[in-house]
Amino acid sequence: MRFTRPEGTNGGPQGLPGISTTGRRAATFCMLLIIVLAVQGTRVQVFQKKELDQNSANQRATVQRYAQPRGNLIAGQPVTGSVATGGRLAYQRTYTDGPLYAAVTGYSSQIYGNTQLEGVYDALLTGTDPRLAGWAVWDAITRHQQPGGDVVTTIDPAVQRAAMQGLGNQKGAVAAIEPATGRILALASTPSYDPGSIAGTTDQAAWEKLQADPDQPMLNRALRQIYPPGSTFKVVTAAAALANGTVTDIQAPTGAPYPYVLPGTTTTLNNDTGACNQEGLSLDDAMTMSCNSVMGWLGVQTGLDRMVAMAKNFGFDDAKLDIPVRAARSNFDTDMNASQLALSSIGQYNTAATPLVMAMVAAGAADNGQVMYPQLVDRLTKADGTQVQLMRPTLYRQAFGPGVAAQVRRLMVDVVDNGTGANAQIPGAEVGGKTGTAEHGVDNTGTPYAWFIAWARPAGSTDVPPVAVAVVIADSQASDVTGGGLAAPIAKSVMQTVLNR
Amino acid sequence: MATDSATWAPGGRRPRRWTELLLVVAAVGLAVFGYVEVGVNIDGKAPPDAAQYGAALGVLALLAHGAVRWRAKWADPLLLPIALLLNGIGLVVIYRLDRNTPQHEAAPTQLLWSTLGVGLFIAVLLLLRDHRRLQRYAYIGAFVALVLLVLPVFFPPVYGSRIWITLGPLSFQPGEFAKILLAIFFAAYLAAHRDALALTGRRVLWFQLPLGRVLGPVLLIWAAFVGVLVLETDLGTSLLFFGLFVVMLYVATARTGWIVIGLLLSAVAAVGVGWLSPHVHSRVTDWLHPLASIEAGQGANQIAQSLFAFAWGGELGTGLGLGHSALIGFATKSDFILATVGEELGLTGLLAVFLLYAVLVSRGFRTGIALRDPFGRLLAIGLAALVAIQVFVVAGGVLDLIPLTGMTLPFIAQGGSSVVTNWIIVALLVRMSDLARRPDPGEPA
Repeated sequence: MRFTRPEGTNGGPQGLPGISTTGRRAATFCMLLIIVLAVQGTRVQVFQKKELDQNSANQRATVQRYAQPRGNLIAGQPVTGSVATGGRLAYQRTYTDGPLYAAVTGYSSQIYGNTQLEGVYDALLTGTDPRLAGWAVWDAITRHQQPGGDVVTTIDPAVQRAAMQGLGNQKGAVAAIEPATGRILALASTPSYDPGSIAGTTDQAAWEKLQADPDQPMLNRALRQIYPPGSTFKVVTAAAALANGTVTDIQAPTGAPYPYVLPGTTTTLNNDTGACNQEGLSLDDAMTMSCNSVMGWLGVQTGLDRMVAMAKNFGFDDAKLDIPVRAARSNFDTDMNASQLALSSIGQYNTAATPLVMAMVAAGAADNGQVMYPQLVDRLTKADGTQVQLMRPTLYRQAFGPGVAAQVRRLMVDVVDNGTGANAQIPGAEVGGKTGTAEHGVDNTGTPYAWFIAWARPAGSTDVPPVAVAVVIADSQASDVTGGGLAAPIAKSVMQTVLNR
Repeated sequence: MATDSATWAPGGRRPRRWTELLLVVAAVGLAVFGYVEVGVNIDGKAPPDAAQYGAALGVLALLAHGAVRWRAKWADPLLLPIALLLNGIGLVVIYRLDRNTPQHEAAPTQLLWSTLGVGLFIAVLLLLRDHRRLQRYAYIGAFVALVLLVLPVFFPPVYGSRIWITLGPLSFQPGEFAKILLAIFFAAYLAAHRDALALTGRRVLWFQLPLGRVLGPVLLIWAAFVGVLVLETDLGTSLLFFGLFVVMLYVATARTGWIVIGLLLSAVAAVGVGWLSPHVHSRVTDWLHPLASIEAGQGANQIAQSLFAFAWGGELGTGLGLGHSALIGFATKSDFILATVGEELGLTGLLAVFLLYAVLVSRGFRTGIALRDPFGRLLAIGLAALVAIQVFVVAGGVLDLIPLTGMTLPFIAQGGSSVVTNWIIVALLVRMSDLARRPDPGEPA
């Protein structure tokens, strides 16, 4: 059988288009099919890329994150490392001294993600931060992954160790700051945990155990937990009173009444010390003996707006205090009646602060009213040590002038020399501090929070004190829970470590 | 052998065999480059057998080129190089994926099948001197194809589809071979009866419908094919056959009514099968909501994993060996091989592959349009449409453009039957283009 029917290029049967025409149309259709594929490919690979890359079920980012040794976090020495796993996730995070630095490092877990410094600087540590690239454009084209960069922290290992040893088996936290720069020298939280124990792909059991632990070892109490600051807040109240002229002479009688009835109520504001139960105490006496009645009255005399403004100078009510790990928001209410303001002025009612913010209070007093922005990171470097970014000290707020600062320091020194903070005295050093014992729980049945905030410098020095510290003990087994008894010795040991270096 | 310059045809048309050789060398060079790159990117050094691999591919390419020179001097010079390049890319990507599954190496087998494919390519060129001879075997071919399609019913299903024949270590998909036979049958039948199909029949609404007795046989054969395939739950192939049928019918008769009927039928079939078959139903659900299983907390399904792979590749890709398409977990070397191309060669590589298919298909259509005999014209167009539709169904599936049906990407995907069949398709196109481009058409070689 052979086909010989003659046909013109366009001659189909009886005037219908021929195969040349229909074939071209079919070809156009087939080309359209392939064009549609190309459009869809572009849609997926370019326009939906970001969304798909970040999908929670997409393991590629994790695979890439652990494809090479992760950059290190450094506190004097590297406190992290990486170990080859032989699995799909080639390397896994290790910690040289996990529990000691857990509140600083956070964790880098192949299952549970990255937190704190491990999370904030993930791109740098992973090697994908564009600042690491030698030739940014070329590296982008070749997809060359740089070795992970390092994060050099401001943490002083000796100070950190002193803080952790001081906390021991108690539940609590320490934040220590260098007042002139805002550099964080120690950030400790107990009970702690070993972030290395949850780093791998098979560490679900360890994770579940930590999550179920009623003591919440993974809670960073120095940064992410707020506690009523109790009497340590009186430093803020005193500063507000001095800065606004409510008190001009710390030794002069204040005119505070006794008993002090909370405005609009029939409740009197009680004192823990009998010596406070008199009229006409000076600000210095009131601070040294930690008199609630005087300080509550002073807060109300100073006024809500001025109290709020002073509290904000130290980081209260700042929801974005990033060091660069974000601290929990410390609270001082901005809308209160006089009785609530009186309670708030002695660190009760709704007032609550992170240890970090209370350390900023001490640091502000120490550094002539300059509150520096607290910073946990000194600099970022490439793997070879080349600097990527240097963090410069920045001013957070000028809380008050040097004159007021000198008066506040005087008050704090008297607390340590003659008052409730005697346990923080350091031979050969000038120490200023303030104790706090904050009640909490339903009807105040909980174990009180024991606070101490302080700064210290060598005796006779007029330099800015090299250390300010805040200590909180959240749940002690001790029979007599007071800030002076429990927290002050820890603050002392931390400050002594700084002074001795 | 005469040199090209001595055989210039009037009007400046040339055989272009040297162009073909240049492109063949380039195709082999690219494939070897890719092979070496996989080794360098994964091990930091070229694979130890890179030279042998390059030599094997080179010898195959030169043999094929020699056969074209000898027996199809006027053939289109782009067909063979494109086939070689696509086959080479496939081998490289399969070799690269073997590195994730060292206990299941597929590249050596694929190279063997490719050799067989090139062997058949040469055999077709040497044995089939005039494509019109195929017309004689149209009905026998259709019968053989039907038998081939029914056979897998007697073999155990693989991944839910009865489309495999397994004999010991060998397994192949007869549906792949059947599609050529079916294209030949359609071309022969339509060439013989196109006038009757186009002109007779009654008008219904705006459409001229053909008479049952003319259309009857072809509908019957087609229904038998699709019926078998639906029974075997091989929807990709039924879609392919259906598309081929509609395109060839339209090209032969120029009746737009066919397209309308075709679309209506396929819509009814799609809805019906989607309702009846849970296998298909889940495919449709995955297509519409590729990320739903993630939101439901069940992890990523294959489509989602495929999309992740494409997206990770971005514009330029990770580079061969540096992607993570192993995360797709299943059928990475066959149904989902394009995802690896997309991830490791990027959108750039993906578009390059699509472009290669587009050129291959358009050259097939061009051959069909240039030929004089209706059978050849319809066959060339049918074969080109086969490639285009198959690429669309596979690539559209893994890119979530249409429901996933599970077919092989021509030349690239792992699968012996597929690569062999595609080499035969290209051989037929080369054979026909030789006649189409001949200065004195009508004289078979």
